[in-house]
Amino acid sequence: MADRIEVAILADRPDPAGQALRARLHEDLGITVADVRVIDVYAIHAALTPEELERVRVELFTDPIIQESAVNRSIARHYDFIIEVGFRPGVTDNVGRSSVEGIQDTLGRALAPGETVFKSRQYAVRGATRATCEAIARRALANDLIEQWVVNSAEEVAALRGGSLLGLPIVTERSEAVVHEVDLEIPDDALVAMSRDRMLALDLREMQAIQAYYRDPGVRAQREKAGLPPRPTDIELEILAQTWSEHCKHKIFNALIRYTDPDGNTHEIDSLFKTYVKATTEIVGKRVDWLMSVFHDNAGIIRFDENHLFALKAETHNSPSALDPYGGAMTGIVGVNRDILGAGMGCRCIFNTDVFCFASPFYDGEIPERLLHPRRVLRGVHAGVKDGGNQSGIPDINGAIVFHDRFLGKPLVFCGTGGLIPAVVAGRPSHIKQALPGDRIVMTGGRIGKDGIHGATFSSEELHEGSPATAVQIGDPITQKKMADFLMEARDFGLYNCITDNGAGGLSSSVGEMAQKPGGAVVHLDRAPLKYAGLAPWEIFLSEAQERMTLAVPPDKIEAFLDLARRREVEATVLGEFTDSGFLECFYEGRRIASLSMDFLHNGVPKMRLEAELAPAPPRPDIRVARADYTDDLKAVLASLNVCSKESFVRMYDHEVLAQSVLKEFQGVCHDGPGDAGVIKPVPDSWKGLAVACGICPKYSDLDAYAMMACAIDEAVRNLIAVGARMGTIAGLDNFCWPDPVQSEKTPDGRHKLAQLVRCCQALHEVCVAYDIPLISGKDSMKNDYKIGDTKISIPPTVLFTAVAVMDDVRRAVSMDVKRPGDLVYIVGETRAELGGSEWYAVLGETGGAAPQLHPRTARTRYEKLHAAIAAGLVASCHDCSDGGLAVALAESAFAGGLGMRLDLCPMGVGHDGVALFSESQSRFVVTVAPDRAAAFEAALAGAGAVRLGEVTNDDRFVIQGSAGVLVNATITELKDAWQRTLRW
Amino acid sequence: MPVTVKAIILTGFGINCDNETTQALRRAGADAARVHLNDLAANPELLHRAHILAIPGGFSFGDDIASGKILANRLRYRLGAPIRRFIADGKLIIGICNGFQVMVKMGILPFFDGEFVQETTLTNNDSSRFENRWVHLAANPDSPCVWTRGIARLELPIRHGEGKFIPRDEAVLRRLGDNGQIVVRYCRPDGAPARGAFPFNPNGAVDDIAGICDPSGRIFGMMPHPEAFVDFTNHPRWTRESLPEEGAGLQVFRNAVEYAERAL
Repeated sequence: MADRIEVAILADRPDPAGQALRARLHEDLGITVADVRVIDVYAIHAALTPEELERVRVELFTDPIIQESAVNRSIARHYDFIIEVGFRPGVTDNVGRSSVEGIQDTLGRALAPGETVFKSRQYAVRGATRATCEAIARRALANDLIEQWVVNSAEEVAALRGGSLLGLPIVTERSEAVVHEVDLEIPDDALVAMSRDRMLALDLREMQAIQAYYRDPGVRAQREKAGLPPRPTDIELEILAQTWSEHCKHKIFNALIRYTDPDGNTHEIDSLFKTYVKATTEIVGKRVDWLMSVFHDNAGIIRFDENHLFALKAETHNSPSALDPYGGAMTGIVGVNRDILGAGMGCRCIFNTDVFCFASPFYDGEIPERLLHPRRVLRGVHAGVKDGGNQSGIPDINGAIVFHDRFLGKPLVFCGTGGLIPAVVAGRPSHIKQALPGDRIVMTGGRIGKDGIHGATFSSEELHEGSPATAVQIGDPITQKKMADFLMEARDFGLYNCITDNGAGGLSSSVGEMAQKPGGAVVHLDRAPLKYAGLAPWEIFLSEAQERMTLAVPPDKIEAFLDLARRREVEATVLGEFTDSGFLECFYEGRRIASLSMDFLHNGVPKMRLEAELAPAPPRPDIRVARADYTDDLKAVLASLNVCSKESFVRMYDHEVLAQSVLKEFQGVCHDGPGDAGVIKPVPDSWKGLAVACGICPKYSDLDAYAMMACAIDEAVRNLIAVGARMGTIAGLDNFCWPDPVQSEKTPDGRHKLAQLVRCCQALHEVCVAYDIPLISGKDSMKNDYKIGDTKISIPPTVLFTAVAVMDDVRRAVSMDVKRPGDLVYIVGETRAELGGSEWYAVLGETGGAAPQLHPRTARTRYEKLHAAIAAGLVASCHDCSDGGLAVALAESAFAGGLGMRLDLCPMGVGHDGVALFSESQSRFVVTVAPDRAAAFEAALAGAGAVRLGEVTNDDRFVIQGSAGVLVNATITELKDAWQRTLRW
Repeated sequence: MPVTVKAIILTGFGINCDNETTQALRRAGADAARVHLNDLAANPELLHRAHILAIPGGFSFGDDIASGKILANRLRYRLGAPIRRFIADGKLIIGICNGFQVMVKMGILPFFDGEFVQETTLTNNDSSRFENRWVHLAANPDSPCVWTRGIARLELPIRHGEGKFIPRDEAVLRRLGDNGQIVVRYCRPDGAPARGAFPFNPNGAVDDIAGICDPSGRIFGMMPHPEAFVDFTNHPRWTRESLPEEGAGLQVFRNAVEYAERAL
């Protein structure tokens, strides 16, 4: 039983949340209702006296100025139906958790163990039928995976006499705290079946390797001595599956690949990672002097200035976001924050980036089973990242939203975070850390529940019927914020030796990895704090419950560490200690239940052997469309999903917290022009800064995977150059998202997809070496497919390239908006007939044409010259030419500055006007220059392809001439409106 | 030799503008230190030794139940008496964004009769969205507020979802006006009143109210973030306008430090 407090905005006041929902129902679902009012419901599952209930109702739950409330009575009025939505058992309920704290404060006493508050929400709807309300609940309000809902009429509500509409989400399902033995002495097909049924995501060779380990007489003797059965325990098998998962071991990137190149030559590649990624950093690392820690920590670390280091990491959270966009994306952002918090001795997060890939929100076809409409995915992912970032107090400074039909099968949610740390912390270099034997294993932050069990193995599989709901979690940014604040203090006091986050694989992963240096660990799983009773030991070890870090605390610091945690109201628990035994050992209530050789655990996984060969490319004739007037084409391209303004989404991110903002996402006279790179000055009293940009080009994947990668790198780099960054200061981060590239019955084109991956890695290596960009960290997500029944949707191979540059003086940064009438307009860079995959062709429905080819050596020289011009103060505005080509870049620069342009493209010498306007050739910029600096600018850019096109005008006309007369004639207001209208949500 | 002005910047439980608020007060000349709420509750003497208390922006307790509500209660129950004494000693308090929400819900503002009574609220923006955008503010020249002395106009960012200011009733609004307790209002770029028009008034606040003070002018709360405009490069149009190197938001903190140096 529980007492229910219902709270609503006073009936005579407008209810903004209700009004916003009403508008969204109309917009997203085409459902019109007369009215919606929102009522917050707090089900108080605690023994409170009537006086206490009244006290918390008045003092805690009700705003005396604008709200009304009642205890155990429905307060909705004038409605036809109430939809109530609440969580399912075990789902993170942040408001419920905060309510408990509020009640304890108000009453001045602690609630008893097990006493809690469950938050739910009612929507009192007028002017809709029951069936409509059910559709609203299902399609807009509730996600059945994590939420329960009910629709009741006014009569039904009255009959309940204030009773609960929904059942209380109390976790009643209990796993027994027993450990089972698993028999691996079974036929091969049974091993494969076991891997599938237990969601281990291991293939036959891997299962056989485990089988062989347990057959080894030495292992058997050791197990007997340790009091363990000869057969593996369930927890051991789970630890191995997690540690060996594609997600954690990157087996495809480390595989031995037989690659047949487009010329028919076959050779072996021993690990894409070593051959292309690591090799890049090794080569470039000899040319730059600012690399501090790469590849072996949670994030790459470089030097920022004499006293500070900078860490960068990006992660994807695709599969969870497909199932629950809000919770999946939120755990994505707060999860990557923990990577930074666990980088080196623990960095302070200073910015987030976010890049999303979706199918069109205007998609009107069938939605395959278990998938959500892209519009709902977009709204949910955005809201999750927004709440996760804003509540954590970390500014979002750069990102993108990319659309492609095949992201219907799986959305991509890339979340990146940068962090700063003093170079020396508590007298030690902050980028080096190591747990020592004897150090206590401490888990801090949130508690453990069944949430996220099998996340690591789940993300190593395609989305299928059996995809587990427990793989979905909701983040709790405030618990994490408290923990992060506490850890910064503990770090500066020197209270720990090593720190890492609990992400995929939970404790199994964090303890298992941290134990590598000391050479072993002992963990007592019954000591771990749980959200609710009834978890099996293996579930405790594998749970991916959020907001947790694992630390190695030396014995002489443990008291101080725990005391500080208590004073900060952060949970911290000693679970065991690191050893040098060579074994990872788990105990439950004093009994040993797992003992695995560290060597086998980390090095026992068999190397994958894969085949790669590009399928012959279909011929793609290039159809050149020629017109007399391109004005409507330009408007259509500006309005296209990949080009149009995303301002209504970006405005909802806090991008200025920490007060370090220099160049924001939106720039210009009305703060609405699209910036190229985010720039911040993270250290007070220093003008040194960081520029951050992203490049992502899945639209080229089907044409040419090599070009897709090269263009993504170039896009990120030219964004940095555009704001004033310098070559030689840029570090890169690669995040691969691929469809399954392993040839099999369900993936008959695996060889081709793997060959695309090879081509992509070759581009990564060649371009980054040419640009002197070390790859400081990265990640891959290799199973981005949807397969249910006969429907299979594979995403286009996609790489997000994140680039960051240290800038000497942010006061030299340049924004993209034109500044003054009379300034001269230049294009910098060569334009070729490269319309394949272009936004213009997408608008026209053309599929032909070649993808843009990058010429990195020429580009590099151009970037160096342009940087020199910017550093010398010769440039008034600079904007990169990217999606939509030159015409889009010119229009954006003009309307951002609120001024017109009069231009002639003939001096470019491109034969075809459509090519000149819309080709997406790489490494190009639109630059404006004050007339008195034009000579110096032209001299600085000599040989780099700077061509004067015209000037900025003191009116609102945007006019472009070409070989066939006036090509575009519009006002900047029209163009801006076309650009803003599509996603003005 | 002027006294050292000591400032305490509250931290903990989801407050997240504490670092930059500390920086701003330091640049304004104060000896500023972040103090965790629990440390302050354990040792209220710290408050007694300080001259300025800042309750920064953030998402205390995730804005759960209502923005600022849980932190307001916690401050009232754990630090009510020391804060009362701090105010009685003539010292200064500023609440920014979430800090303003906390002060309003705790009743530190408007503090009409020297009692912690909630007379106003800050609630969901009319748009029902969190938004980050720069706004124009007009300061009330007739306000006794010490924090805004010498400031007529100001451009600052807002970053909130619950910034709509609503007084209990007309009488409260009138009283605020009569006392000069309405300190800053949202306005148009030319200084004309916003009169509720979006985006100039970004949240639908009654009478375009962006910040209020107590009758003495020493206790001040506002939704926009002065601590986020301390360098000219924070301004969204610094690449196209010529601005002084120091951000205009810093003057708010300078005013407080100067007042404290003189009066405390």
